[in-house]
Amino acid sequence: MSENTHEDAYLEVTDLQVQFPTADGLVRAVQGLSYSVPLGRTLAIVGESGSGKSVSSMAVLGLHDRKVARISGSIKVGGREIVGMSEKELEGFRGGGAAMIFQDPQSSLHPYFTVGDQIMESYRAHTKVSKRAAKERAIDMLNRVGIPNPKRRVDQYPHEFSGGMRQRAMIAMALVNDPKLLIADEPTTALDVTVQAQILDLIADLQRDFGSAVVFITHDLGVVAEIADDILVMYAGTAVEHGPVKKILAEPLHPYAWGLLESIPALTGDPQPLHPIPGTPPSLLALPSGCPFHPRCEFKDRVPNNHCTTLRPDLIPRTGDLGRTSRCHLKDPDQVFELEVLPRLP
Amino acid sequence: MTATTTAKSGVRSVPGAPLLELDAVKMHFKTKGEGLLARRTQWVQAVDGVDLTVQPGETLGLVGESGCGKSTTARLITRLLEPTGGQIRYQGVDIAHMSDRQLRPYRREIQLIFQDPYSSLNPRHTVGTIVGTALRTHEMVAKSGELKRVQELLELVGLNPEHYNRYPHEFSGGQRQRIGIARALAARPKIIVADEPVSALDVSIQAQVMNLLEELRKELGIAFVFIAHDLGVVRHFCDRIAVMYLGRVVEEGPRDSLYEKPQHPYTQALLSAVPDIGVVRGTPPKNRIRLVGDVPSPVDPPSGCRFRTRCWKAQDICATEDPALIERAPAQQVACHFAEPPAESILAETA
Amino acid sequence: MLLYILKRVLSAISVVIVTLVASFALFFFAPTDPAGVICGPRCTPERIADIEQSLGLNQPKAEQVLLYMKGIVAGREFSSGGVTQHCAAPCLGYSYTLGQPVTKLIGAALPVTISIVIGGAVVYLLVGILAGTIAAQVRGTSADRFVVGTTLVVQAIPYFVFALMIALYATFLPASGYTSFFENPFLWASGLLAAWLTIGVTNAAAYTRYSRASMIEALGQDFVRTATSKGISRRRVVYRHGLRAGLTPVVTIFGIDLAFQLTGAIFTESIFGLPGIGLLALRAFNQYDLPVLMGGVLIGSVVLVVMNLVVDIAYTALDPRVRLG
Repeated sequence: MSENTHEDAYLEVTDLQVQFPTADGLVRAVQGLSYSVPLGRTLAIVGESGSGKSVSSMAVLGLHDRKVARISGSIKVGGREIVGMSEKELEGFRGGGAAMIFQDPQSSLHPYFTVGDQIMESYRAHTKVSKRAAKERAIDMLNRVGIPNPKRRVDQYPHEFSGGMRQRAMIAMALVNDPKLLIADEPTTALDVTVQAQILDLIADLQRDFGSAVVFITHDLGVVAEIADDILVMYAGTAVEHGPVKKILAEPLHPYAWGLLESIPALTGDPQPLHPIPGTPPSLLALPSGCPFHPRCEFKDRVPNNHCTTLRPDLIPRTGDLGRTSRCHLKDPDQVFELEVLPRLP
Repeated sequence: MTATTTAKSGVRSVPGAPLLELDAVKMHFKTKGEGLLARRTQWVQAVDGVDLTVQPGETLGLVGESGCGKSTTARLITRLLEPTGGQIRYQGVDIAHMSDRQLRPYRREIQLIFQDPYSSLNPRHTVGTIVGTALRTHEMVAKSGELKRVQELLELVGLNPEHYNRYPHEFSGGQRQRIGIARALAARPKIIVADEPVSALDVSIQAQVMNLLEELRKELGIAFVFIAHDLGVVRHFCDRIAVMYLGRVVEEGPRDSLYEKPQHPYTQALLSAVPDIGVVRGTPPKNRIRLVGDVPSPVDPPSGCRFRTRCWKAQDICATEDPALIERAPAQQVACHFAEPPAESILAETA
Repeated sequence: MLLYILKRVLSAISVVIVTLVASFALFFFAPTDPAGVICGPRCTPERIADIEQSLGLNQPKAEQVLLYMKGIVAGREFSSGGVTQHCAAPCLGYSYTLGQPVTKLIGAALPVTISIVIGGAVVYLLVGILAGTIAAQVRGTSADRFVVGTTLVVQAIPYFVFALMIALYATFLPASGYTSFFENPFLWASGLLAAWLTIGVTNAAAYTRYSRASMIEALGQDFVRTATSKGISRRRVVYRHGLRAGLTPVVTIFGIDLAFQLTGAIFTESIFGLPGIGLLALRAFNQYDLPVLMGGVLIGSVVLVVMNLVVDIAYTALDPRVRLG
């Protein structure tokens, strides 16, 4: 991580571990994750199911049940340490300084309360205002997220909203306290593509207005390309590649990122056969030795001395390229990408 | 009535007819409010006059957003639903209103793959039983050869043939989808209707299953009706693509012309909305089309053109006259009064 | 909302009418000899004829049905032994053995049964939902296992055994008996306390388990996570967001349960000597007192339908999706 992003980081995660003790053994969901997001920037966390992207982000809001999850490391939001915070302190922090939008607006809004009621509850939890003033604020927020006729809509129930409108209401609820940090966990995955485009535009607009730090969790590299400034690629609970979106999507340095790009069919050109990553992600109960990606990596033989199977690579900065890190033993990943991977991209 | 020939399997066919033809197919579901006095019957026009043709070995893609009727169409083709109007002709013979008994030989030749590999397999049956039941139902092999055939099928879909006595929960999502594919293949179908077969899978696993389907198609010459909301996936797999909106086909054509020169405003908007990695890796498109609002209710669709309420080109005629699906470019049919190719490329140009 | 209630009331009335017709069919065509029962052991044929005449039992069956209907709508006269009794509308007939109009008997017994059933319900709903909610929150701990274990033990005891145990051993409780609420609310409550406890404790076990299961599911819902992420207190998350959703299935079970509670009232009333509908029906059954039995069935069905209506309306108040659906 370069020094300049370090200083003005609003969210700073350092060596985060999240573990769930279960009857079958210890599930290591997040292992040694570090990243930071400054105000006004959007970081996309990309990965497949089980990569730890949602688990790590829920830890930022302290949403894990203490009885179930073991969390260590450090999460600093605006200078305040979240790991180890008391439940009482967390209540004041959640929804105020940092808010979250979830994947499925259908199930994430309470079906028995009006949309206005739910927004007002969030507002009044952090600001001492009258019901009337809170309702004004709710109408204001609904208007701001592009819901037509907010005065009528504020008294309606979620089931009277369409999917896209529900996600807008969800966003209004998250932003009602002007949070400096917004975590969006797959906020458009459940939506249709034309509605997804509207919501992505909305989030980008609002971020410009609010100037907040945004963590955007997704599995869709297309969405990353549209919305994010930086990207963090996660695999088996850890970051494998991190840096500016433009650079990483144009010239990724980690074999897992290459595999992802090779798995996505293109929208133009002649359809080429896909080169999917073989195998399946490892079980979090029994992670492979060395690099967690090595059982699926086609380049592990290029590294001498079986390093890939025995040594866990560090997240190392790329020389001469500020703000880029990658976790791989390969000596010349840029050349491998250029000569071998790029020609077969779809 | 045209002369038909009857195959050994009991499937009748008209010589020279396409493999599958949907002719003005309609599926209107009745909905009714509950209670003694709620007699206000409404009709959900899930599919309302769809024409489609699939030739042997061809792949037809169906795309559209939720509520456009693509999944209902899949259930109509496989006759899990009986249409309320129109004809579904398989090799020239209308199967739209056949009884279950009459349908049996046809069910063997028209197979369905589901979206959710978790819920579409019986958790209490071994993989061998699941695939073997399909073999037995369609009387594909003698009892003695059943295990051998099951193992052949498992191998064909890239699973370890020795795993026939395992249960679905012992497999990963991608492997379960392979089991679903093996089950469909057991009947040696001529056409497979795949309803969102890869959308529940992670990207890397999705690509594995796509490659498998591609190989099977080439090897076995099976025709596909491939339904997906992911426009990249559909483009990758299909020769021809039909775009649906509110129960109708609004545009249909060969893959390249549909993606490069879409003529229906909805197709253009749909393509423009796809988040594309090309915006970083190539030249982003100049204009992005953003639709406003949501899809209207299929209970009370707009008069005339169904897309007019969200269309930037809409004129008075669109409210009064329902545009017919007519050929605007070679093999490309569009249902729009103002159909025209876009002035500039809608998609990002990859460098 | 109003339209919904109106619709529900109309369908409730149709259920009562169907019950009425069914009980007619059962009792009017039953091979019984009511006149003989009234007449007693030393009876003359003349006296039987007189009784049959006065009660209209010598008329054709269809005529009797019409007479009964007329009684409900407009009232009717009964003459017995030269004395003419007027039975005002809605008249449900005349008790052969007690010499009183059925309406009067039911009017006296109904408040007793309703007091027992509703009072008991208040006890088990309060105890069950609270215990279930708390157990759901501490799921997996020893406190949770203790609650679940207790419910299993209580549920293993048959209802009448439990009632007998209370009646015999819980002597510190005030003596059972019925006093009208409007006469003396304190005596009303103290006289019913033993019955309420019996119904309350036995049913609370089941409701604890329903509520626990329902709350565990509700607390795992996405919207509960959303509520937590807003920064509201855990208590508010559980009791406002979780409980509201968790209650709905419990209310559904309660609606079905009420029918059994009414039947169970026969036990409770017999053991604690409370003069309710159950006891009245039991006596009528033993003495072939058909009008009382029929009246009991009719009133039972009306009460049931009304209670179900109340439960349904409570359900719509809980879940806004039902209101408009």
